[in-house]
Amino acid sequence: MPASPSLAEDLAGRVYADAPVYSVSREKIREFARAVKAQAPAHHDVDAARALGHADLVAPPTFAIVVAQAADAQLIQDPTAGIDFSRVVHADQRFTHHRPIVAGDELSATVHVDAVRSLGAGAMITTREEIADAAGEPVATAVSSLLVRGGEEE
Amino acid sequence: MNLAELEKGQSIGTREIPVTRADLVRYAGASGDLNPIHWNERFARAVGLPGVIAHGMFTMGAAVQLVVDWAGDPGAILDYQTRFTKPVPVPDAEGAGSPETGGSVVTVSGKIAALDAEASTVRVDLAVTAPDEAGKDQKVLVKAQAVVRL
Repeated sequence: MPASPSLAEDLAGRVYADAPVYSVSREKIREFARAVKAQAPAHHDVDAARALGHADLVAPPTFAIVVAQAADAQLIQDPTAGIDFSRVVHADQRFTHHRPIVAGDELSATVHVDAVRSLGAGAMITTREEIADAAGEPVATAVSSLLVRGGEEE
Repeated sequence: MNLAELEKGQSIGTREIPVTRADLVRYAGASGDLNPIHWNERFARAVGLPGVIAHGMFTMGAAVQLVVDWAGDPGAILDYQTRFTKPVPVPDAEGAGSPETGGSVVTVSGKIAALDAEASTVRVDLAVTAPDEAGKDQKVLVKAQAVVRL
């Protein structure tokens, strides 16, 4: 039985690997840092970042969500997946950093649908985005649980 | 910072983070999450919310700054997770006030929950609260945990 009437029965296990490369710029790191009220000098000042041993400005710990959600668009916009994004609630989030994201990184994210399970009239979808650099080395893993609310019970 | 000088249960401090409508617009632009529930009152109410609410990822991203500033290096945060349990309603400014005023305040406090001498890491658990639409403090993030390399 599908987890929710509209979701594809074979959603769990799908992999989306065609997201465009994400180029991390200094200005995007600064903008994102301001937006989460991150004042550490390593987000804003290249010399401060280098003094800590980083190659360039360091992204805040949750910056990977920008790369992950850009890649998730493939899943959300896939008509065969059947996800109604207007019914999606972000239930939990985890980031594991294999190394810090820094300005100049060229990142590729692959989206894995790890699990889909029924939850009342809705479903909980667990996605995992594996983010790697231009050399193919792992940079970060983002795991999200998305609650797709059921349609009838409200 | 020396792991030997730290102990389980020790506080790393408390911080109050103001969040206004202007902050949510900045986060929407910076993150690319343009969902109107985070900036349009009419839309937010139409989908059953008490009004405009903060992005869960804004709260998660702002809350960890307590840990980043304690650690001294944003690159020291090896792992960070949370559950989003309650929304953070962000009221508009009163009267003709600037959207940079009004809003709400998220309160974050952190304590050391585990130490791993071999890996040279500590786990900091965060308690993150904000008032609901009735003004009652709610835990808005639960199981908010950051693993920090020392």
